[in-house]
Amino acid sequence: MHVISLSAFDLGLAAFLLILLAATSLRIGLGLEKRMLISGVRMTVQLLLIGLVLKVLFASSSLWLVLTMATIMLLVAGYEVWARQKRKLSGARGYLISTGSMLISSFTVTFLALTIMVGVDPWYTPQYAIPLLGMLLGNTMNGVALASDRLTTEIYNHRAMVEQRLLLGQNWQEASGDIRRDCMRTGMIPIINSMAAAGVVSLPGMMTGQILGGSSPLDAVKYQILIMFLIAAGTGFGVLTAIWLISRQLFDDRQRLVLDNLTDVQE
Amino acid sequence: MKEAPLPLPYPDQGNSKGLHVCALSFLGNGPYTLDILPGECVGLIGRSGVGKTQLLRAVADVIAHGGDCLLNGIACSAIAPPLWRKRVAMVPAESYWWYDTVAPHFHGGVGQGQSIELLKKMGFSPDVGGWRVSRLSTGERQRLSLVRTLITAPQVLLLDEPTSSLDQAMVQVVEEIVTDICQMKQTICLWVSHDREQLFRMANRIYRVEAQALVEETTECM
Repeated sequence: MHVISLSAFDLGLAAFLLILLAATSLRIGLGLEKRMLISGVRMTVQLLLIGLVLKVLFASSSLWLVLTMATIMLLVAGYEVWARQKRKLSGARGYLISTGSMLISSFTVTFLALTIMVGVDPWYTPQYAIPLLGMLLGNTMNGVALASDRLTTEIYNHRAMVEQRLLLGQNWQEASGDIRRDCMRTGMIPIINSMAAAGVVSLPGMMTGQILGGSSPLDAVKYQILIMFLIAAGTGFGVLTAIWLISRQLFDDRQRLVLDNLTDVQE
Repeated sequence: MKEAPLPLPYPDQGNSKGLHVCALSFLGNGPYTLDILPGECVGLIGRSGVGKTQLLRAVADVIAHGGDCLLNGIACSAIAPPLWRKRVAMVPAESYWWYDTVAPHFHGGVGQGQSIELLKKMGFSPDVGGWRVSRLSTGERQRLSLVRTLITAPQVLLLDEPTSSLDQAMVQVVEEIVTDICQMKQTICLWVSHDREQLFRMANRIYRVEAQALVEETTECM
């Protein structure tokens, strides 16, 4: 089965729907229209560029090119996680923690999948490595960003309560335990919900793409199951890593709450 | 030539008992030095914003500070922070609660040993553990917060305006309870208040907190 090629007019029609939504946003005063349009343009440019890059990458199959591409994707994902936090850790450590969490959540899991589960040879075959890494980075980024944002915000908003618990002789893990667990749940619930709804409420993007591309539905389903498990595990471990590393920065070596590390919220 | 390090401003403690606040400084305040013997209650008074609460927080080691505190010869910096805060317990002016009901906030529950007696003295019925925190009045929260700390049997009590939301009868009950604890258990008490009369009743010594020093005031009623 051949994929029906989309013309620029077809894509333009789809873009018109977004423009319509932006106009509605402007009309009802949501204030999202600018961000919506910029994101739409950014997405289009980014995807067109990546299409060109992937074409070169797939043709060369060079390990160094794949690693360079993967590193750029990781650094951008780390920045996105850091930038999405309302009250973020200031300086390089905030960015390093976000990037480190994404490394745990995506790189390690992708490497495991390529070497053990998919077993593609060589393991860095770009047709497998880059889409898998991209899927993992894109999906785990949401969970890690949500959990990190919630942690810094909740600890800041409930600082008096956390200090009260410290004053009662609790250690920092106990004093912030309820908040940290709550943030971990916040980060993991979207992927848990996605797994529960997959195939019943929604047909996930990767599977849809494969079916449209002509793969057999059964093969598409198997890959989708694999990717869902990987995303769930990656999100979970990424969230755990981010929460632990950020929490450690919010308490000093005498287990005092130190919020000077957090940037002020710019409204 | 490298200079020899300055000696730490600690007194020679040896086996000495009591709380020794040694050149404690924080947020531009201090250094404050103060010695309190077991069973003594020291009152702290001063204008709003001068740093009375911060002084208590520094002694409890929940804010960064210079200098150190020693309890019975053991420096705060030498022991684990949770252990220090169990021995040197602070009751903040405003209490905070994080579970729905009262009982889980109490170490070991509210139906155990000393807590029953203290809760009764404070005017609470035995079923207080099941009360919802959201329905507690400000005064009830303040009294329960004090009991929550007292049942952990600290060696030093840091009280930040502990009766500010209580009626006169309950103020008297709290004062009696703290006096008994200081006398019978030799607990040290640092009591911050704007109520000079109360400090005259409760404290062996009263200090006015200034930005850079503690100035002793007379405890004789004017």
